[in-house]
Amino acid sequence: MGKKDERILMGNEAIARGLVENGCTLIASYPGTPASEILPAVVQFSRQTGAPIHTEWSVNEKVAYEVALANSMAGRRSAVAMKQVGLNVASDPLTRSAYLGVVGGFIVVVADDPGPHSSQTEQDSRFFAQFAQIPVFDPSSPREAKEMIGPAYALSEKYEIPVMLRPTTRVCHSRQNIQCAAPRVMPGKADFKKNPGRWIATPQFLTELHRLLNEKLEKIAQEETLAPRRSLGGSQEKELCVISSGVAYAHTRELLEDLGAADEVDLYKVVMPYPLNRAFVERVNRSYSKILVIEETCPVIEMQLLNPLVEGRRSGLIPGHGELTPDVIEKVLEKFLGRPSREEAPARGKGVRPTLCAGCPHRASFYAIKDTFPQGIFPSDIGCYTLGMNLGAIDTCHVMGACISQGAGFYHAYARDGKDMPTIVVTIGDSTFFHSGIPALINAVFQGARFILVILDNATTAMTGNQPTPQVGILADGHKGVSVSIADLVKACGVRFVRSCDPYETEAFSALLKEADDYTRKSDGGMAVIIAKHPCVLDREAMKDQRVYKVHVSEDCTACRHCLENFECPALVYREDLDRVVVDDILCIGCGVCGTVCPVDAIVVEKGGER
Amino acid sequence: MKQQIILSGLGGQGVLFITRVLAEAAVLRGLEVLTSETHGMAMRGGTVISHVKVGSFSSPLIRSGKADIGIFLHPRSLEAHRSYVAVQAGIFVNTDKPGEYHTFDATGLAARLGAAVVSNLVFLGHVARNAALFCDERAVREAIEKISPPHQLELNLKGFETGLKGNL
Repeated sequence: MGKKDERILMGNEAIARGLVENGCTLIASYPGTPASEILPAVVQFSRQTGAPIHTEWSVNEKVAYEVALANSMAGRRSAVAMKQVGLNVASDPLTRSAYLGVVGGFIVVVADDPGPHSSQTEQDSRFFAQFAQIPVFDPSSPREAKEMIGPAYALSEKYEIPVMLRPTTRVCHSRQNIQCAAPRVMPGKADFKKNPGRWIATPQFLTELHRLLNEKLEKIAQEETLAPRRSLGGSQEKELCVISSGVAYAHTRELLEDLGAADEVDLYKVVMPYPLNRAFVERVNRSYSKILVIEETCPVIEMQLLNPLVEGRRSGLIPGHGELTPDVIEKVLEKFLGRPSREEAPARGKGVRPTLCAGCPHRASFYAIKDTFPQGIFPSDIGCYTLGMNLGAIDTCHVMGACISQGAGFYHAYARDGKDMPTIVVTIGDSTFFHSGIPALINAVFQGARFILVILDNATTAMTGNQPTPQVGILADGHKGVSVSIADLVKACGVRFVRSCDPYETEAFSALLKEADDYTRKSDGGMAVIIAKHPCVLDREAMKDQRVYKVHVSEDCTACRHCLENFECPALVYREDLDRVVVDDILCIGCGVCGTVCPVDAIVVEKGGER
Repeated sequence: MKQQIILSGLGGQGVLFITRVLAEAAVLRGLEVLTSETHGMAMRGGTVISHVKVGSFSSPLIRSGKADIGIFLHPRSLEAHRSYVAVQAGIFVNTDKPGEYHTFDATGLAARLGAAVVSNLVFLGHVARNAALFCDERAVREAIEKISPPHQLELNLKGFETGLKGNL
């Protein structure tokens, strides 16, 4: 026996470790909570073990999917990782790849976010697997997520089909002690075998490919090793059974033990919710008088049971929305088992809302935008900068890249009615712009829309952990890549007004906003784009070069709360005992932007601060 | 040994780091461990929570009223998370104001130490000395040594020791 290599791994790191240990040679991803830590962990393990793996932050999930898929078509094990709404973006290549199939094992890691904690929907990606007709695994813990990678690759290669691994937030962001093994290098080299009928597959080939896909799924639904397993209940079959998958299974198992009900019910753990094992469906429907299905977030297993008497979402026993926390499942089990209810804990308070960091350049941009155009319409997008809502400086947040098209739509709505055109200021982050803003900008320009687009360029994907963006030219593994200029892209989209400005230069930035507004209203004007360029304050390297001011609030402060409510810097704090605002020196990074905010000039910014 | 701990605070206070310290301490003592953490938007100064479950558990989350110990790095997160903790006696709050629970001003002590950034470890030191944690102080210290980045190690240990002592 070699020395045991036990580590504490976060679920996302466990998935990464599983990929490295099972011979993955390419992983592509786009960052998004709760999936963001998978790719960096692959980079780290590949560096530690020397396993040769191409890792990339692609510009969006569709691109990531297609890059990884081609590596599989060349016969090599591949993976793509994204959050659940990322799969909406990648759904086009997903559905086609089910028909055409894969060669090297191909795992589609899609992290769902019941709750949702950090997403715009709480959709269930297992439905996407069913829609696209690919098998999906549903891990209940970090350890299990890692252990599923080997069987997922084996299944993918046996049936030449993409396999989805669907962890949820509570698996991705849990940590557990886990055994690690050495990486495995799969034999062979990249070798793409031409096959026009398959890889080009015009409509004439597709009925046959669809027939083959149906046949594959029928066989997968009969795979004995992937059938649901009974994990509680002993040898004798009971009257009652609970069927569960994912982290909901982990909660359920622990609750049944805690409630002393482990001997009253049979608990089945479903590893592969789709396609649900055929024999299992027949057996449970025949054997049990009462069946309860507990799964997140939608009734995927439940609906495949084709049994109207099953308790779960459709019977109303399980709420149709929200995360299935142990507290929620406890109530469900109490009702199902006919137990008295445990005393309700007092309702939880909301807690403190998040806010942009002290010194965040987005705050400077937002304050100037709102201050310059108090009556403006402000479509915005997904990232840290969504927190601009706290400042009243954004009005919409829809899906990645939508803000630019929304800006165009608002323009046409007002232009058609011939009303006074409000100033429309669209804000989008640099990473979001690369992700899906570019086609929207081309469309807006081409269709004659006019508004101000501010690209908040902090040279990173800040919200998800500071992944590099294409204009920086740094690759996922830290090597230098080719940088792609945002200004050049904007010009190439047909925009003639393109300016850059540091939003910390508050006066210049406000003046530029006015100039841009004039341009959108001139007879020979058009779309105006401002690139608000300042590095993220979480970028330690960049902060070394930033000038630091000494900031304090003088006794002139009238406690009018203007700065607290309209600027909301966490370093400006109201002190009750003094009845005025003070600077929290621990949080303040000395950016000096607040110097122009106070109506009575009580915020004093001096040169010569230190950090 | 089975123990359930919640760690609560505001994003940026270092809840994640001391979650990892406790998880590492459990493994160093040969115990099973499961944690759950807050990532994403809330990390920007919003209320965050970690669950730490030491011993044989299958769920990473703690139910209301089932945590043995609650470690609150900020009093403003009490409102959201105190109902997780079974008994008042298990609640430890980093604050300079008195309350109906254990209070200790780790932020003030860390500031006097000249290292505000380690107030999380100062508080952990206080908790390690005063709460019936699943492990002794040595295990926590070893865990800090194991997971601290090299340039941060000395300061982290200093913060922890200061918390253990309760003063400078």
